[in-house]
Amino acid sequence: MELINQHLPILQIVVPLIAAPLCIILRRRQLVWVFAVVVTWACLAMAGGLMLQVLSQGPISYHLGGWEPPWGIEYRVDAVNAFILILVSLIGAVVLLYAPASIEAELPEARASLFYTAYLLCFTGLLGMTITGDAFNVFVFLEVSSLSTYALIAMGTDRRALAASFQYLIMGTIGATFFVIGIGLLYMMTGTLNMADMAIRLQPVLATRTVLAAFAFLTVGLSLKLALFPLHLWLPNAYAYAPSVVTSFIAATATKVSVYVFLRFFYGIFGREYAFDTLHLEYFLVPLGLLGVFVASTVAVFQSNLKRLLAYSSIAQVGYMVVGIGLVSVTGLTATLVHLFNHAVMKGALFLALGCIVMRLGTVELGELRGIGKRMPVTMAAFVFGGLSLIGVPLTVGFISKWYLVSAALERGWWPVAVLVLLGSLLAVAYIWKVVETAYFHEPEGKTADATEAPLTLLLPTWILIGATLYFGATATFTAGLARAGAEALMGGLAP
Amino acid sequence: MILPGLINYWVVVFLMMSGFYVVMSTGNLVKKMVGLTLFQTSVFIFYITMGKVAGGTAPILAAPGTSYSNPLPHVLILTAIVVGIATTAVGMALIIRIKEAYGTIEDDEIQAAEQS
Amino acid sequence: MTPHTALIVSLLLPIAFGPIIALCGSRPNLRDSLTVVAGLLTFGTVCTLIPAVQAGGVAELNVLEFVPGLALSFHVEPLGMIFALVASGLWIVTSLYGFGYMRGHHEIDQTRFFFFFAVAITAALGVAYARNLLTLFVFYEVLTFSTYPLVTHARTTDALRGGRVYLGILVSTSVSFLLLAVIWTYVATGTLDFTPGGILAGNVEGNSLYVLLALFAFGTGKAALMPFHRWLPAAMVAPTPVSALLHAVAVVKAGVFTVLKIIVYIFGIDLLAETGTSVWLMYVAGGTVVISSLIAMTKDNLKARLAYSTVSQLSYIVLGAALATDWGIIGGGMHIVMHAFGKITLFFCAGAINVALHKTEISDMVGIGKQMPFTMIAFFIGALSVIGVPPLGGSWSKWYLALGAVDAGQLVFVAVLMISSLLNIMYLIPIPIRAFFPGALPKPAAAGTAATDHGHTDHGHGDGIHEAPILMVGPLLFTAFGCIVLFFYAEPVFRLIAPIVGR
Repeated sequence: MELINQHLPILQIVVPLIAAPLCIILRRRQLVWVFAVVVTWACLAMAGGLMLQVLSQGPISYHLGGWEPPWGIEYRVDAVNAFILILVSLIGAVVLLYAPASIEAELPEARASLFYTAYLLCFTGLLGMTITGDAFNVFVFLEVSSLSTYALIAMGTDRRALAASFQYLIMGTIGATFFVIGIGLLYMMTGTLNMADMAIRLQPVLATRTVLAAFAFLTVGLSLKLALFPLHLWLPNAYAYAPSVVTSFIAATATKVSVYVFLRFFYGIFGREYAFDTLHLEYFLVPLGLLGVFVASTVAVFQSNLKRLLAYSSIAQVGYMVVGIGLVSVTGLTATLVHLFNHAVMKGALFLALGCIVMRLGTVELGELRGIGKRMPVTMAAFVFGGLSLIGVPLTVGFISKWYLVSAALERGWWPVAVLVLLGSLLAVAYIWKVVETAYFHEPEGKTADATEAPLTLLLPTWILIGATLYFGATATFTAGLARAGAEALMGGLAP
Repeated sequence: MILPGLINYWVVVFLMMSGFYVVMSTGNLVKKMVGLTLFQTSVFIFYITMGKVAGGTAPILAAPGTSYSNPLPHVLILTAIVVGIATTAVGMALIIRIKEAYGTIEDDEIQAAEQS
Repeated sequence: MTPHTALIVSLLLPIAFGPIIALCGSRPNLRDSLTVVAGLLTFGTVCTLIPAVQAGGVAELNVLEFVPGLALSFHVEPLGMIFALVASGLWIVTSLYGFGYMRGHHEIDQTRFFFFFAVAITAALGVAYARNLLTLFVFYEVLTFSTYPLVTHARTTDALRGGRVYLGILVSTSVSFLLLAVIWTYVATGTLDFTPGGILAGNVEGNSLYVLLALFAFGTGKAALMPFHRWLPAAMVAPTPVSALLHAVAVVKAGVFTVLKIIVYIFGIDLLAETGTSVWLMYVAGGTVVISSLIAMTKDNLKARLAYSTVSQLSYIVLGAALATDWGIIGGGMHIVMHAFGKITLFFCAGAINVALHKTEISDMVGIGKQMPFTMIAFFIGALSVIGVPPLGGSWSKWYLALGAVDAGQLVFVAVLMISSLLNIMYLIPIPIRAFFPGALPKPAAAGTAATDHGHTDHGHGDGIHEAPILMVGPLLFTAFGCIVLFFYAEPVFRLIAPIVGR
């Protein structure tokens, strides 16, 4: 047990990484699923274990192969990424429960085991990006997760999934390459890849143009990966045409991990003074974030495909997170971190609810969902709760995020930002209520006339996430407490 | 005398920008992949270049006092090359399936097929 | 039962009965009797809190830590006690009435109706017991969303449109103004607790105080201050029991209750009286009182007329709060009770007329006194109480409000109250008069002739009594009787409220 505890950071990555190819060997659909479920839940347990260790003993530094940092690769777990690890593995584990019934409906039999392989690889990549303390390692895991995501999206039944996946591949690779150029420039100036070491060595050379170039490349590269408006173009189609399980998983985790990496680089490595006090990144982040909120929400109002609608809503929600980053205070970062978690839970649940509808109707076009509330009451109730959370109604997690974000804006004295954040949530009322009215104010007709409620295997995972949405909305001490601890760690920076 | 010393970097910038331009300008998916590969390759050269130490030899253990080029970027770029190949492979695989599904690999024709 | 247990039990009872009520959907009788049992139990539990409140209030009870440093927290103080009593007491009456109405009207989905009704009552009680602004805001929003399915119960295009206005105005005001004000208060003061004397003094000053008051006053959309009053008439697409309990009592009173609480416990009346920050609010409230009375006169639809009358009466309470004097606050608090009884009676009557005679327009109601004598007598009593004529409860609250205006040196608002009473007489009294004495008053010019024959065909006109079911007439007679009782026994209400201003 002691040995396991000692090596938890590496096990967190190695277990799903090794499990991924094993899925191909196991072949049998049921068997693969059981195996993958065991692996993801084990990962969740490990993430919980890491969190406990961090809370009791402070940050963990794990040296891969026993090589001392900064020469060897270091896995570094602190309050921030322990939180993200829990988030990613929680979503990964819950969504996988939902997978068999859903992929049976949406994927050909032969691809089932390949699906689990790609899923676990993506899962590994995201966990790896989060846990590692080595800048280049982030790039490698970023590509592991991206490549498997392209494959997962391309599994969608609609042929547009292929085009969407290809578009994402082009944009994603450009983003990742920008990112690696940025890291290269930083390496040129510091001679190290270890993040903590880099943060220290960067201080004397901050004024150089090379560092400024690195800063620019990293900003653009990461903004692309986290779908900051106007670099979000790859996202709507990718989310809309991927299989429902995949959409739930990547919508809940992929952009979140990119936000985390963003925080790590700008608060951790460059440091708050350079990124914000000197270069005033906030004047770039806050306007773009707010613009993203308004443009994406407005576009969402006019979508007829519910998956696209929620995809645009995701871009808007990323806008809120970015605004939180740009407010440069403990409260602002708490808002961002808590929203990472909150948005993952609610958007995951919403996409799972859409998966239930896809299973029964084969479509999520709004025009064909008239009266669905009468035929699939449990599914639609989940959708309504998730939607209320997107709006930010009290007693849902969305409200907690909004509370912190507006508090942070007012603390900073930026009251127009506070007002705009609140007005932005009114647009969410518009696009959610469009769905509510279609679902409840019509008699079932056409496809919905003989639809039945989704099976329990789909409803249960959906409602687990909805339950989390409501529970952490009613008492956010746990999530907000962790987020605050993370925010304080980030504000401190990596350099001692 | 600045140009010869920095010629590698000029090459990098040239490759990077031409690759980027190809990705953006062409509608042919295979050509897009070509541009993307070019774009990635420029980064490989960039890393190798910055590992060069003036007067350094290849990093193979020799007499004490010999100066070596920095081996770390080479190692990093080995990884990046693998990533690049994987990306190209996935991209090509997608193009094959797009061709099967749409009967074309031209971006505008795919768009047109979806509109109709 | 200790006060804390009673508090929690009364809060949980309606919502706990909600699913049970929903499960009994296939057996209407069982479902309906359970609803009444839930109502009686809730009201009984709320009543057990009275002694504790008279002895100085029930201490705070933290239920859930919402975010670190802020809890969902409850307590009971006099104002909340009054509101809780009114909401839970009238719930029983409305439930009884609701059975009669829903069955008489053959409404669909009655189970869903009673379920969301129960949730709305819990939300109203949550507002009443709120210990801090956050808790209040939480339940305020729950109340909005839980009443949406009730307002749009009919699921028709009209209901859809009404629901949009309802939700649109209530949510946009509460999110963009009220929530902003709440968070601002928290950032400025570091607390959101309702504290006697207020928490803003010394923390927010000058123009910010004006802005904050405006955010609070207009943000509380449920108080229906003009120009954010449109949701109330829009909500009249709801079945009448909903209009009666929620849009004459629970929802709107939650709004004005919020305003009162914020002025007493967040601003503190001393702060407002010294700085004069709330003078503009008096004018807005006074304007709303008069203008909406004028609009009410133009409405021929009975429920629409009552809705605008409600808008006007709500602003009495806001006015009382804005006066920032002891008598103003007491008058406002008492008006919550008095207006509740008067207006619920009027709405009950409107529903009864609709069920018995299928009439909704006032011009069609000429001469119906012969068919529905009990209903129309109750209507007359309710109307007099709303106008504020002795010996009916409504006269007390108007008296105290006028006293408050004098105290504040704002004599113009005494005049506003007088004018408003006159307007009330003009738009309410003709209805029962014409019902009993069809020839007594000249008919309203346009509407009268067009509609005289309409609706007379299905039901024998003139001969015999054609009252609504007993389950509807009983409740409306009861609340009308309540209006009279409240005149003679206003003292307990007064004594319950007075402590909040230290009298």
